[in-house]
Amino acid sequence: MTETFSSAGPVIVVAIPAAGAMLVALSGRWPNVRDAWSTIAALAMLAAVVAMLPGVLDGRIPQATLIELTPGIDVTLRADAAGMIFALLASGLWVVAGVYAVGYMRGGNEHKQTRFFAAFALSLAAAAGVALAGNLLTFVLFYELLSLFTYPLVTHRQTEEAIVAGRKYLTYTLSGGVLLIGGTAWIAILGIDASFTAGGFLRNASLSTGTAWALFALLIAGVGVKSAVMPLHSWLPSAMVAPTPVSALLHAVAVVKAGVFGMIRMLAFVFGADMLNDMGAWQVIAAFAAVTLVAGSLLAIRHDNLKRRLAYSTISHLSYIVLGVAIVGPIALTGALLHLVGHGVTKITLFFVAGAIHTRTHRENVSELDGIGRQMPITMGAFTLASLSMAGIPPFVLFTSKFYLGWGAAEVEKQIFLVLYLVSGVLSAAYLFPIVVRAFWRTSDAFTRFGEADIRMVVPLVITGVLALAWGLVPNVPFSFFDLATDVSSAAFPDSVSVAGAR
Amino acid sequence: MIDEVAARFPFWMSGLLIAIGLYGMIGKRSLLKKLVGMNIFQSAIILFFIAGSIREDATVPILLEAGHGVAAANPADFVNPLPHVLMLTAIVVSVAITGVALAFLVRIHHEFGTTDEVSLLEQVRR
Amino acid sequence: MLLLLARWRWWLAFPVVLVAVAASTAAASWELVVVLQEGTQVYRLGSWAPSIGIEYVVDLLSAFVAVIVTSVSMLVIIATRRIAEREAGDRLGAFYGLVLLLLAGLTGMVVTGDLFNLFVFLEISSLAAYALVFQGGRPAMLAGYRYLILGSIGGSFYLLGVGFLYFTTGTLNMADTAAALALDASARSVQAGAIFIFVGLGLKMALVPLHLWLPDAYTHAPSSVNSLIAPVMTKVGAYAMMRMFISVFPDGYLTNVVPIADALLLLGLIAIVFGAIVAVAQRDIRRMLAYSSIGQIGLIAVGIGLATPLSFVAAQLHLMNHAVMKATLFLSAASVRLSTGLTDVSDLTGMGRRMPGTMAAFTLGAIAMVGIPPTAGFFSKWYLVQAGVESGQWVVVAVVLASSLLSAVYLFRVLEHIYLRPAQPDAAHAPVVIPQGGSNDEPADAGESPADVIAPALLLGAATIVLGILNSWIVINVLDRAGL
Repeated sequence: MTETFSSAGPVIVVAIPAAGAMLVALSGRWPNVRDAWSTIAALAMLAAVVAMLPGVLDGRIPQATLIELTPGIDVTLRADAAGMIFALLASGLWVVAGVYAVGYMRGGNEHKQTRFFAAFALSLAAAAGVALAGNLLTFVLFYELLSLFTYPLVTHRQTEEAIVAGRKYLTYTLSGGVLLIGGTAWIAILGIDASFTAGGFLRNASLSTGTAWALFALLIAGVGVKSAVMPLHSWLPSAMVAPTPVSALLHAVAVVKAGVFGMIRMLAFVFGADMLNDMGAWQVIAAFAAVTLVAGSLLAIRHDNLKRRLAYSTISHLSYIVLGVAIVGPIALTGALLHLVGHGVTKITLFFVAGAIHTRTHRENVSELDGIGRQMPITMGAFTLASLSMAGIPPFVLFTSKFYLGWGAAEVEKQIFLVLYLVSGVLSAAYLFPIVVRAFWRTSDAFTRFGEADIRMVVPLVITGVLALAWGLVPNVPFSFFDLATDVSSAAFPDSVSVAGAR
Repeated sequence: MIDEVAARFPFWMSGLLIAIGLYGMIGKRSLLKKLVGMNIFQSAIILFFIAGSIREDATVPILLEAGHGVAAANPADFVNPLPHVLMLTAIVVSVAITGVALAFLVRIHHEFGTTDEVSLLEQVRR
Repeated sequence: MLLLLARWRWWLAFPVVLVAVAASTAAASWELVVVLQEGTQVYRLGSWAPSIGIEYVVDLLSAFVAVIVTSVSMLVIIATRRIAEREAGDRLGAFYGLVLLLLAGLTGMVVTGDLFNLFVFLEISSLAAYALVFQGGRPAMLAGYRYLILGSIGGSFYLLGVGFLYFTTGTLNMADTAAALALDASARSVQAGAIFIFVGLGLKMALVPLHLWLPDAYTHAPSSVNSLIAPVMTKVGAYAMMRMFISVFPDGYLTNVVPIADALLLLGLIAIVFGAIVAVAQRDIRRMLAYSSIGQIGLIAVGIGLATPLSFVAAQLHLMNHAVMKATLFLSAASVRLSTGLTDVSDLTGMGRRMPGTMAAFTLGAIAMVGIPPTAGFFSKWYLVQAGVESGQWVVVAVVLASSLLSAVYLFRVLEHIYLRPAQPDAAHAPVVIPQGGSNDEPADAGESPADVIAPALLLGAATIVLGILNSWIVINVLDRAGL
């Protein structure tokens, strides 16, 4: 059983990137100092999160209660197992993404770097807030701030295309936010305590069917936008107009994972397995997720622009996670959480590579990449690792997660989804392997000499690529992701006999 | 029915004047006529109040004989003086507004050469 | 006295005004504290007992609104000092005299406990407003005249309504009227009175469809004037409506007997949508903000129209929040106009670089208007949504939520221009257009406005966040006890 204790830890985690943002903004005139602040903040944030890890694994959950934001509801930050998973992922990837971003921005001589890095930091602060939010209102608060702080990043290039993409981005995310606000306000006025509870806090609220479904629609659609579940997904491909570090951030760390994390919170901590089963609501989400899963992969195959292909791949893989939770089973939930981490680290590798290629060769389309393995073997090597992971090949991390997802589906007698997972895995291979093949097995006059991108970009992508392999082999090193995931599942399904690998 | 109307004749008048005033303010093009309409409108309201202060067989609310205690005077013999007092204030307000409006009109005429709403609108839009 | 002083040494005008407004703010704040601790304060004019004499009643709601009006006005007056000097020129004394008159009227409306007295103060403030609006040059003249005509209709209707009530109850005192109506409110004249009162107040509040005077007035008035009027004037009209609900008419009368509440609700919903949609189409910033205000007033009207304690809390909170947010936005626009003479949204392209302080204030105001937590605007909508759920009025919930998105459309479009689009190189040399009255002919200053213009704007912008964070305290300690 877990016990909660009062601690400043969660607040520190959110405060560090916010403070970092301020320091970045102030040191704009000295780029080296500024980028140093950015990196220091990332490391400090990671350290702060890791510091809480042993306690959480032991079952001692740090919680911080800040001000009372509306009568009866406080801003609460709590580092439970699920929150820790997301927080670890976010802070850890920020470290590498931050270094990568410096390389990218300087290599491409991008403008307004101070604004960029400050917004970057603020977005991480908001993401941390989303991860560690202890109740619905706190969650909504940081969720909306996340939309706000990522906007300058999406529109960074300030081209007409960027502005239009930014509008689309805001339209989608603010609309989703508004739905969330509606649902949250409604729950509050009903007098229900909206603290996230494993198993769902609405379970005991005795809601009428109509109210339950209405809240379901509001909350799920609200997080569904950032989770890029079809048909709420089309902001994501448009957002590819942003600089690649932003796409890496959006796709691996901050926004979409916040969306999917929100979905997990809603399904497992707000409604809970029992309600979802009783209402039959899980079928609704499962249906949307299943469609998105397959359609996303199919669309990915069609696109020649590398980043766009990766965007649709993300749309598809996010629904792996959504589906995993919608299936309502402990093993599937473990798989979903692992997939959250695994996809994060894998996808970020792919985006890092795309950015490195663009900076070095100014090429964006797959068809232009024949033989690039000759010039950038390290980069493409990482790409290969990540592709193998995306396809779910053992022993990469996304194999592990998919294994649990499939097993989880079988466990609750919903084998159809197991089939879907396998199909999508094949499709993932279909849109990624050809790139690898073209890069190494074809030749072209454009790429004959060795010429990797800036080292600040190459090192991070190698790290993440290796992690995609390593975390498949030893998912508990060093952040105990696996244990955390099973902790969440045990808490969400207390009566379940088998939560594989649980301690 | 005629009795009804006759008994409340001042109120009906007031209503009629309100209607005329409103029409003037909204329907007329000339700014000056609008102002006249506004005056009619405000006068109508003043009429309303005064009419409401009337009592049957009552007289002007002034105590003529000094020295006879106020308590001895029967209020029912006098018209309700309060609305009269209120209307003094209202008239002052009305005068002030009219004054300001006239000042506006003078300036408008000085600046634009006309006080016709339609041509003013044209000139401003240009 | 101010006028005479000003004629003698014109530079004295501002300090006198400042002292007056500051004292006013201090008094209002003090009063709020007193009322919080000791309950409603009552003062009898000339020591006449009520129902013969005029009584001033300051309860929590009055004190609350008074503090808002005075403090926001103080900041605006400080910020627009230079603008006023430029716009009013040698008539500065008269200008500030009118400003003080306006404030006197507004605060008087807020503290009075007498229906007729409210009319008097209403007309005082309106008169001052008409004259102030008129100062804005050629286009303002017609706008000011129209404002005068329409505003007078409003005031007169209110007076007519009061007349109906008086003749039925025999008293002008609000409390006594309430007592009389509680006993017997069956007369038709009371219904008529209610309708006229609310039509009159609705016109002063610029509730759709009685809003026609507002767009032109706010657009063409001098910058020092619209920054002052926009945040506070319509709010006091809304306050008067609330006062009618709380202290004059019996509970349930305005909902069940005469469907005033429903009318307010419906018109409010229409106003929200209408205001936001038309705002999108505007090129001139001030006009856009004017229509935005019409929409926001709709939000307050919805809060009043739902007529529950929670919805009133929402309406009162939004009264405060909107005053602060709109003041921030109008001051930003005024700052731009001061520095460059430009007023179109498209002229703001690239301003983020040239006028960072002003644009920061604008951004804060914009974010608050959209309602992103934890700004104040979010919480107004939060409580309104809750009130809608509580009353089962789902349309309200949907429209209020949608209003965030609609506001985002027209406000973020401006933000795009400010930060994302490249600056136009010729804008710095655009001719300065300042209404007559100003005697300086300096060339346009293409940089940031001076600190005393930006600082209040930024302060108000910061207030939108602070008030948001503190909203729980405000609701619990002030509004919950001030309500229906």
